[in-house]
Amino acid sequence: MSVPPLLQITDLSITYRTRRATVEAVRGIDLSVARGQVTALVGESGSGKSSAAQAAIGLLPENGRITGGSIALTGQDGSREELVSLPEHAWRGLRGTRIGLIPQDPTSSLDPVRTIGASVAEPLRIHGWHDRERITARVHELLDRVGLDDPALRARQYPHELSGGMRQRVLIAAALALDPDLLIADEPTSALDVTVQATVLDLIDELRDSTGAGVLLITHDLAVAADRADQLVVMRGGRIEESGPGAAVLAAPTAEYTRTLLDDAPSLRQGVDRRPRRPEPGQAPLVRVRELRQEFPRPGSAPFVAVDGICFDIAPGTTHALVGESGSGKTTTGRAIAGFRRPTAGSIEVDRTEVTALGGGRALRDFRSTVQLVHQNPFGSLDPRQSIAAILEEPLRNTRRGSRSQRRSAALHHLELVSLPPEVASRRPRELSGGQRQRVAIARALILQPELVVLDEAVSALDVTVQAQILRLLARLQDELGLTYLLISHDLAVVRQVADTVSVLRRGRPVEAGPVERVLEGPHHEYTQALLAAIPGAGRQADQLHPEAVPAS
Amino acid sequence: MSILSHTAGARPSTGQRAERVRRPALRPTVALSALVLLLALAWALAPGLFTGYSPTASSTEALQSPSAAHWFGTDATGRDVFARVVHGASHSITAALIAVAVGLVVGTTIGAIAGTVGGAVEETLMRGVDVLLAIPGLLLSLSVVILLGFGTTNAAIAVGITSIATFARLSRSRVIAVRQSEYVEAAFGSGGTLPSILWRHILPNSAAPVTALAALQLGSAILQISTLGFLGYGAPPPTPEWGLLIAEGRDYVATAWWLTLLPGLVVAAVVLSTNRLSTALGKGEQA
Repeated sequence: MSVPPLLQITDLSITYRTRRATVEAVRGIDLSVARGQVTALVGESGSGKSSAAQAAIGLLPENGRITGGSIALTGQDGSREELVSLPEHAWRGLRGTRIGLIPQDPTSSLDPVRTIGASVAEPLRIHGWHDRERITARVHELLDRVGLDDPALRARQYPHELSGGMRQRVLIAAALALDPDLLIADEPTSALDVTVQATVLDLIDELRDSTGAGVLLITHDLAVAADRADQLVVMRGGRIEESGPGAAVLAAPTAEYTRTLLDDAPSLRQGVDRRPRRPEPGQAPLVRVRELRQEFPRPGSAPFVAVDGICFDIAPGTTHALVGESGSGKTTTGRAIAGFRRPTAGSIEVDRTEVTALGGGRALRDFRSTVQLVHQNPFGSLDPRQSIAAILEEPLRNTRRGSRSQRRSAALHHLELVSLPPEVASRRPRELSGGQRQRVAIARALILQPELVVLDEAVSALDVTVQAQILRLLARLQDELGLTYLLISHDLAVVRQVADTVSVLRRGRPVEAGPVERVLEGPHHEYTQALLAAIPGAGRQADQLHPEAVPAS
Repeated sequence: MSILSHTAGARPSTGQRAERVRRPALRPTVALSALVLLLALAWALAPGLFTGYSPTASSTEALQSPSAAHWFGTDATGRDVFARVVHGASHSITAALIAVAVGLVVGTTIGAIAGTVGGAVEETLMRGVDVLLAIPGLLLSLSVVILLGFGTTNAAIAVGITSIATFARLSRSRVIAVRQSEYVEAAFGSGGTLPSILWRHILPNSAAPVTALAALQLGSAILQISTLGFLGYGAPPPTPEWGLLIAEGRDYVATAWWLTLLPGLVVAAVVLSTNRLSTALGKGEQA
């Protein structure tokens, strides 16, 4: 290649100094980003991918240090600039103008007390724009360019008035403000719904086309990278496992780890070995939901209807999935079934108990043994002050089951059931990883031997690899214990892996329901089709079905 | 953030330790504060070990300036001021502990009940607290002392009452925050009853900032009790209470500076130490 790439990282090493030890986060990686192309950096958390990106924009934390290698940025005129050990004032001239950053979390990356317009205008002001009218015009142009309707109105609004996807668009607009050559997108969509994720990624793609900027996309989901990347770099433990042109790596991965990532990406492969279950004919359903309606009172206006007209049955031993975007009422439905909120109208019958008629107190507490809920966020659902053993024993103490030693042995047995070593029992939640915590949360739900487990986005907060492990665990437990699951998810790829029947919800109303194969293979409703199209890697999967579509290179 | 989780992910054990790199207990100012408080506590428990003079009987000539024999000098009736400060520690510190205990127990109870029960109960309790908060602290404690009668214990209770509102508001806000957490919901979901969850989850997880406030209040309680003593609402003379000591020395400021300055410095040192320890406690919890 005669033209040097826009960003060239050679043999880069980064270490973190902590009090006890030095951690090598990145150990000699090479990668490059070409103008107008996307290089995707893929790996699980702890692989060093974010450190590499932070080094490329000079924002390593204070205890992080580049110990070797070079990062070179080539300008449009062909001038080459070495970024390692660049002084801070020189960095300030580069950030925003030549390198733009799209941060990970749109909910916390915007200043809540400043208007959208002020946030987008900030890079302009920092880099010496003074003319107020020119700034306003540029802000409106940028907001328009990232696909926000009515830019003048949006510029006057505050972050809380915008949805997550819209906020991410605002952050992209701010990153684009000064037409940087290089965009670094650090997990730009991990906090978003799949449908929103697809549109945001499309936007980044489209902007790359129109501005000719290079993009360094960092993600833990190989499927996200699969659709967009010209170059694919797979990282693990600070080293590069595999790199090359995106299509070639996906078509014929050489590294073992890349194959694992491919298998774990729910949208690319069937990673969970699971026998679909059919209800025996004539068998009474375990759960019957009829005409469920939930209103939330709003001061000063008509009550907000979160859920209306939901009906479905779940046969014992099967998995039913509730699918929809955020705000579709799926969590509200799940919580009503678990007995956490009494619905406004309708009937819920679980194991011949009418849940809506349970008054509370004794009857409700007894019912808890039948239905258990697993929360989305394993970081919030475990009491930070309790040991894992105490967390697992608590449901038994609450229901006065067993003696102290019986409870202890039940806790250890359930740790084993979710494939955790017994020494975890004496640890605290903060000493465990996200996946381990979610296993503990599942063990806590199972210790009361419930009939039905409501999984409220139980795998959404996890990395794909961990997600696949948890899904396999759930499938195994269903086999062994004959459990019935109600799976709440926004991700149809996950649903396809583990569910037997599915209800698709939109704005609180059911749009489509039935067996998974029928709904997902031949969806009738356009909303279901939109959800399916938004699955990352959807296009790639079609390619795999037709191998000749994969370019030979 | 992403970097922290990053290193933690790579090597969980080292990441774990990294979070505790700045242990507040190891800082020199914190150690010094702890030393000052321990000394004050030792004075309160065993004053005889630190001074041979009696705090109430005059031992020598009046109004002598500080010397090797009388570290803090002597007062108008020839009593050793250092002995009076050392013996006064027990009065001032006991009173401060009573004051904090009153505020902590009553305030936290009100706050915890308001935060857990909610509804009309919460409204009633918190509006009552607002009323307490609306009255200036000194005025409130003076009124309470007048109702209860003079004396160290009564002054302590009066000071405690002024801090009820702060404790109630803080503990209520913590309880509300913890109540909404998912682990509390999970505890309800596994069949827990309100009292057991309150005891097992809500109170332990709300306690940290309340403890820090209690340490902070200890300092300001000493200050307020000294104020009441200075104004003559506390212990009657010749009790060697710190505020009273300073008040008695006031008449001799021009000729015998040590009578006000040295006990004043002791009070200031103790109050500053509790402040420093309280911030260390608060920070330690955040890390």
